[in-house]
Amino acid sequence: MAYSDKVIDHYSNPRNVGTLDKSKKNVGTGLVGAPECGDVMRLQIEVDETTNTITDAKFKTFGCGSAIASSSLATEWLKGKTVDEALAIDNMEIVEELALPPVKIHCSVLAEDAIKSAINDYRVKNGLPELEVAKSHH
Amino acid sequence: MLKLPIYLDNNATTPLDPRVLEAMMPYLTEVFGNAASRNHPFGWAAEEAVDYAREQIASLINCDPKEIIFTSGATESDNLGIKGVFEMYSQKGNHIITATTEHKAVLDTCKHIEKLGGRVTYLPVNAEGLISLEELEAAMTPETILVTIMYGNNETGTIQPIREIAKIAHKHGALFMTDGTQAVGKIPVDVIADGIDLMAFSAHKMYGPKGVGALYVRRKNPRVKVTAQMDGGGHERGMRSGTLNVPGIVGLGKACELCKQEMEADTQRLSTMRDRLERELLTLEESYVNGSREHRLPHVANISFKYVEGEGLMMGVKDLAVSSGSACTSASLEPSYVLKALGLSDDLAHSSLRFGLSRFSTDEQIDYAINHVKEAVTKLREMSPLWEMFKEGIDLNSIEWAEH
Repeated sequence: MAYSDKVIDHYSNPRNVGTLDKSKKNVGTGLVGAPECGDVMRLQIEVDETTNTITDAKFKTFGCGSAIASSSLATEWLKGKTVDEALAIDNMEIVEELALPPVKIHCSVLAEDAIKSAINDYRVKNGLPELEVAKSHH
Repeated sequence: MLKLPIYLDNNATTPLDPRVLEAMMPYLTEVFGNAASRNHPFGWAAEEAVDYAREQIASLINCDPKEIIFTSGATESDNLGIKGVFEMYSQKGNHIITATTEHKAVLDTCKHIEKLGGRVTYLPVNAEGLISLEELEAAMTPETILVTIMYGNNETGTIQPIREIAKIAHKHGALFMTDGTQAVGKIPVDVIADGIDLMAFSAHKMYGPKGVGALYVRRKNPRVKVTAQMDGGGHERGMRSGTLNVPGIVGLGKACELCKQEMEADTQRLSTMRDRLERELLTLEESYVNGSREHRLPHVANISFKYVEGEGLMMGVKDLAVSSGSACTSASLEPSYVLKALGLSDDLAHSSLRFGLSRFSTDEQIDYAINHVKEAVTKLREMSPLWEMFKEGIDLNSIEWAEH
């Protein structure tokens, strides 16, 4: 399979690999996928509670190059965004940015799920109601 | 200077040995005759070359030159052997025994036999990839006409107990066939001592050209016959019609001669190299050898690296031409059925690499491969949430994974 230059770049030089302290109240963690499906993404955000802005984002991904690239790109995009802006990130934007082929669209969906799941974790920790994750089309 | 990528996929195919090409060249150019043309020197020269190749092949596997039936390769030989025996011995019975880890050329042919009304038993294998002789014995029936079990496995290199299998088959009056594609030319294969009645093999797995192979068919004790699967001029004692691929056959012959000459030295060198590769890669935590380490082809290593994903791993080892746990069906994302038959979970099967060394592999290449794989696995694990959980002592089975 031929990977796009952007996928290769994110795979070779992944941005924001790492772990945030999940016990902190302002850190949201999303863990999506399953080992037997060949993709597991963990995406974390750290939120400045006064401005509702994401100050840091980290990921770790078990998966193919496209899955790694999707989550790496997601962390880049998340930093500096407000939580509401982050919620608006659509998987198709990731598909376009990374030029993912149809068989790899599920990687972008997973990344979007991971973002929403991290935000929900943050919300629940802070006494906010969980948002319904609209997309689960896989 | 090391040339990249490094070819370590010699179970898929080997490069042509320059000495084989040299032997073939005249038959691709001036000596172009049809080996079946009996009336002129063009034909005689071609026939002579084919006869000489038969002798070279016979000498490698210890058979009579007349017992070699030339085909287009091992897949055709497997088809001809199995379908040919099924048709020829239909009076005696319709039951065939094989194993779940066979090559698709055998498994799919057996499925075809089932459609024709035959009965096929697929023996399971243990964690090392070996069949159980007791289970084989128990599966034998008076209707069993053929037992077909491969010599060495293409994915793991596991060598089956061929002589014992042949004895059991013969004790119950069945023929014994083996797919010798990965073994012939690599380890000593002696059809008489091993008790083999039919054997499929191919030139391009032993430094010969693609598109040519052979089926060994025993001529005495017992005299075995197969029904032709191709109608035509009645070549190859009526068992395989079609103008002989003279240059290919010459190449197969030369490849066999070289393998016989160099087998001992190649085995020594390649197993030393393979063992070093394996030893080094096993210094990575949570890495496992797939298949038997005791009963194994000397040039093959199949290793799984837990907590890294197969496709990501393949991308990480881009400087190596190797196969992953989806060998042979790499177009699909299905994990290898051979590794699954050994009891591997899907993820462990996916995260495996198969290394196949060749006569042309060098220590320098192996050094590079060791470092390249170590770096890729280490980097992917640093990125893997599963690895982090494992390191924290979290049981991954205890996690309720989101549906996906």
